[in-house]
Amino acid sequence: MSTVAPIANALTAGKLPRNTPLWILLGSAVIVTGVALLMGNPSIAGIVVVSAILFVVLVYLLSLVVEGSRKAKDRLMTSLVTLAFLLALVPLISVAATTIGLGLARFDIEFFTTSMRNVTDAGGGALHAIVGTVLITLATAIISIPIGILTAIYLVEYGRGSLARWITFMVDIMIGIPSIVAGLFAYALFSLIFGPGIRLGIAGAVALSLLMIPVVVRSTEEMLKLVPNELREASLALGVPKYLTILKVVLPTSLAGIVTGSLLAVARVIGETAPLLIVAGFTQSMNYDLFSDRMMSLPLFVYSSYAQQGADPQQFLDRAWTGALTLILIVMALNLLGRLIARIFSPKLSR
Amino acid sequence: MTTQTARPKPVIRLGDRVFARSTLIAGSLILVALAAVAIFLIVEAIPALGADPKELKGSPSSFWTYVGPLAFGTVWAAFLALLIAVPLATGIALFISHYAPRRLAQGLAYVIDLLAAVPSVVFGLWGIKVLAPAVQPVYAWLTDNLGWFPLFAGPVSGTGRTILTVAIVLAVMILPIITAMAREVFLQTPKLHEEAALALGATRWEMVRMAVIPFGRSGLVSASILGLGRALGETMAVAMVLSPSTVISFVLLQSENPNTIASNIALNFPEAHGTGVNVLIATGLILFVITFAVNFIARAIVARRKEFSGAN
Repeated sequence: MSTVAPIANALTAGKLPRNTPLWILLGSAVIVTGVALLMGNPSIAGIVVVSAILFVVLVYLLSLVVEGSRKAKDRLMTSLVTLAFLLALVPLISVAATTIGLGLARFDIEFFTTSMRNVTDAGGGALHAIVGTVLITLATAIISIPIGILTAIYLVEYGRGSLARWITFMVDIMIGIPSIVAGLFAYALFSLIFGPGIRLGIAGAVALSLLMIPVVVRSTEEMLKLVPNELREASLALGVPKYLTILKVVLPTSLAGIVTGSLLAVARVIGETAPLLIVAGFTQSMNYDLFSDRMMSLPLFVYSSYAQQGADPQQFLDRAWTGALTLILIVMALNLLGRLIARIFSPKLSR
Repeated sequence: MTTQTARPKPVIRLGDRVFARSTLIAGSLILVALAAVAIFLIVEAIPALGADPKELKGSPSSFWTYVGPLAFGTVWAAFLALLIAVPLATGIALFISHYAPRRLAQGLAYVIDLLAAVPSVVFGLWGIKVLAPAVQPVYAWLTDNLGWFPLFAGPVSGTGRTILTVAIVLAVMILPIITAMAREVFLQTPKLHEEAALALGATRWEMVRMAVIPFGRSGLVSASILGLGRALGETMAVAMVLSPSTVISFVLLQSENPNTIASNIALNFPEAHGTGVNVLIATGLILFVITFAVNFIARAIVARRKEFSGAN
């Protein structure tokens, strides 16, 4: 505290110095590593887990002795809460590292320029799946975004009565519909029209729309609510009709947010596998027509490469991981783009 | 049209009418779609009830004995996932909202959200390739040393692809959802409550326990139920990771595991034909009813909380 400290500082007495936890962490890591080396089988995961436990216990005990039970409990909870966060990073880092590590094996030009037609082991690619994913997602977006935005406008600008309450509630419920149920619904719908065993790209789009519409409604609603009422009132006071107020004032103000929300919604449905497994089916060939025949998609390509391995399993696994890497990159790109748009174009209104 | 009917003759233009009508139609379409889901599933599921049990996979005695183990597996796996995810998510949410340095909090929250961006097939691949081999030795140790505990009874699965592994994968998948919601609720705790607790000499943990947790409890409950709904319906990760059979068993580490409804549909639908399709759709209907009920309860709790709390 100071150079002359004849009297104990009342503010720091009975407290551990600031850096104590850090030293304990270092100490327990060193001890555990040493013991593990002596015992002869050091696995990094084991060392980390044991030293974390040792650290938590040591800090608790030391604090219990020096600072008393209340402070000790506080320190215990602080380390546990921090550990919970670090623990959640483990799967994230592991997934990213594995996907990049194994996915780079086939991340080549052939993968993005050829389909799987007549490919039995080496080579081949996911062009048919990428085209399918793009077409199906595009169709989904064309169906979902207008419906979603109009519904949100209804909820924010027009709806007041019990109908609006019901719609809000059902949108919430719809967000929780299992994706496979959406797929079964699309299958039931299309098989009643076209007969059983139907597999169409557009049916996949209908199933995905069921998952995407509520997400678009939710995000658009949030954005419309952020538009200050003064803007609406100013416009209405100038004699502008309500629909023009919405089209020319409210929507442009919240446009960036709506675009971001829609992009995030696309990112959410683009990785969906189960509904497409049910209604869009597998194929090895290119198909540019949403309205006829089976259509492959990238998530299904990953799944089928894993599930139906041929004579040389490694080739199929490599393709599966490269597909997974591609999928993650697409989702990340959409997410980043969405956030970028939100950051660059949005908050001109408040503040 | 709108609610301003008391005023003298509002002028309603054609454009106004068309626009308002089209938003109304879009909104109603949501209700129609949800009703259509229920109706179409019921229509396609009815033939399954009269189906010849011999046509079903594993030739059970009736449709209900076919669904039983699946429904059990669905609920059991989701429950286990919830058991893992809720304490973790609460901790993470607290860390981000009350423990992490203020300047880092936003970034850390985004990192957790990244988990939600990973598609479920990728989690499936990861579960098989990384997680199952990693936890298998732990499972072997558990059955050897804690085998007397019924849940850990042996013999241990050689691949590690058991229901517990599935539950871990599911927990990772629902973690971001629960965390995001819990974080929002914790951040809404009235600042005055927190400062009052601290001013009375509470430590940070005591402040959290006395001010933050009681305020956020109902939000935490509904977040958990929403996570449960997601875990119940998750398909691909389960279908890929689990090595399924048709049993009702609570045991966590053996190679005989109850399958879930969603995963069973995904595994059997591509080859199904005739009434087999109807049976799978009927199981899907049951899943729909379960998740609908779960989500309904969660939203009802959220709605009630909104009415009572002054924060919103």
